[in-house]
Amino acid sequence: MKLEDKIKKDAIIRMFHVNRKYGSVYALKDINIEIKKNEFVFITGPSGAGKSTLLKLCYLEEKLTEGQIIIDGINISRILPKKIPFLRRKIGIIFQDYKLILTKTVFENISLVLEVSGHKISYIKKKVRSILRTVGMEEKINSYPLGLSGGEQQRVAVARAVVGNPEIIFADEPTGSLDKITAKKIMELLKSFHNRGTTVIIATHDNFLINNSYGRVISLKNGKIIKN
Amino acid sequence: MILLINRAITDILNNKFLYIVSIFTITISIFIVSMFTLFFVNTNKIMDSWEKGIKIMAYLKSDKNIEENRKKILNLYGVKEIKFISKKNALNLLKKQMKRQSSLFTNIESNPLPDAFEIKMINFAKNHKKIDVLASQIESLPFIDDVEYGEKWIVKYINIFNLFKFTGYGICVVFFITSIFIVVNTIKLIFYSRKEELKIMRLVGATDNFIKNPFYISGVFQGFIGGILGILILFIIYLMVLTNVDKEFILDFINVRFLSFYEYIILILCSIFSGWFGCYIALKKI
Repeated sequence: MKLEDKIKKDAIIRMFHVNRKYGSVYALKDINIEIKKNEFVFITGPSGAGKSTLLKLCYLEEKLTEGQIIIDGINISRILPKKIPFLRRKIGIIFQDYKLILTKTVFENISLVLEVSGHKISYIKKKVRSILRTVGMEEKINSYPLGLSGGEQQRVAVARAVVGNPEIIFADEPTGSLDKITAKKIMELLKSFHNRGTTVIIATHDNFLINNSYGRVISLKNGKIIKN
Repeated sequence: MILLINRAITDILNNKFLYIVSIFTITISIFIVSMFTLFFVNTNKIMDSWEKGIKIMAYLKSDKNIEENRKKILNLYGVKEIKFISKKNALNLLKKQMKRQSSLFTNIESNPLPDAFEIKMINFAKNHKKIDVLASQIESLPFIDDVEYGEKWIVKYINIFNLFKFTGYGICVVFFITSIFIVVNTIKLIFYSRKEELKIMRLVGATDNFIKNPFYISGVFQGFIGGILGILILFIIYLMVLTNVDKEFILDFINVRFLSFYEYIILILCSIFSGWFGCYIALKKI
């Protein structure tokens, strides 16, 4: 097998000439990236560089203006709306603002991911407990998000992102509002999931985080790739 | 399914006030619709029994060909039976019926009553429109002086009743639509108040059905509870009216009955449909 073909086969995300415009302003311009399975990737750059937009395009919270993105063999620029939920089940997302449902307990927030996939209650209970043990939040299973600290909320968000055994984790500024010790714990969690075979893509502007970790770095500035 | 119902129940409990308002509106609507149904069911029965008792009296000119004339009438469509009442018999009958006023007849020198035919109709013809047609056919016969069907006033009542009926239908439709729109509003309000939550659900892979189904369950629930309550309130009022109105009057004259099991089911199904349909409209473009 040629090296080029092998890379294509191994690639879980491929972007071709991706553009995203808001009005006449480019948030992303001519982005071409290929990310392999089980890669650990940082997308970095200053505020407004287009990091979050790039992730949002991947999990279809925003639409492409031009170009194509292929995730795990699915061209998301042509995906049928009814197939989007099934693609999202292959993805775990960690948001900067956690995006936990405030009216639901920790258990309910995490179990939601398994419920949408149609798992049985007995499996859901077992799996949620197990993942909360992994992130060290088992004792808070019945707590509501507002009763948790920022770090705890982020750990719940991580647990929710990984509970469905996703193939890819997108983390948008996962440590943005956390202190260094908590940020380190979150990064260790992400690395542990990476070690189990998950592709992890982190958007961050925190150089300390990048410098103290391994992984590929893609730098953006004004919507363009300046270093890959 | 259990998880789905759980989510619907949680949703109802979290939005108690909105659901109570919505159920209250459906209850009022179903109460009014079932009240009209009850009224129509009973008045229809009364009208029907009145219509069935209708006979046509055809008064004859002084013509002696009774048998020939009877045959002519019997040939008309809708006539079942004809009884000849001679003027003499008619007077005797009248005297019998007016025993207490017998003095009225003492000064009568000759019998003022005409010979007459009492005409009964086949059931199919016992409809006020058909009676009208038959009566005018009989009246046009040359040997007939006058035609009367004593219950002519029934026609007027039937007309008033029909007016009521159509007004009732109109009111029912208005209330039905109102309850649907209240459900639409409730569901939309809940949907928008949970917009962020639903967005998160979508981002973790929830399908449209996963998001919408609990709303449909709550819509059906609203309709079901509203329907049951509406009928229950009507039943309580019905019992209160029955215990406070002279029973002899009710039994002899009106013979009122409550809704049948079949009618309950229809009303509750309509109520459930209004809940479901309200939900469908609310979620259609979301």
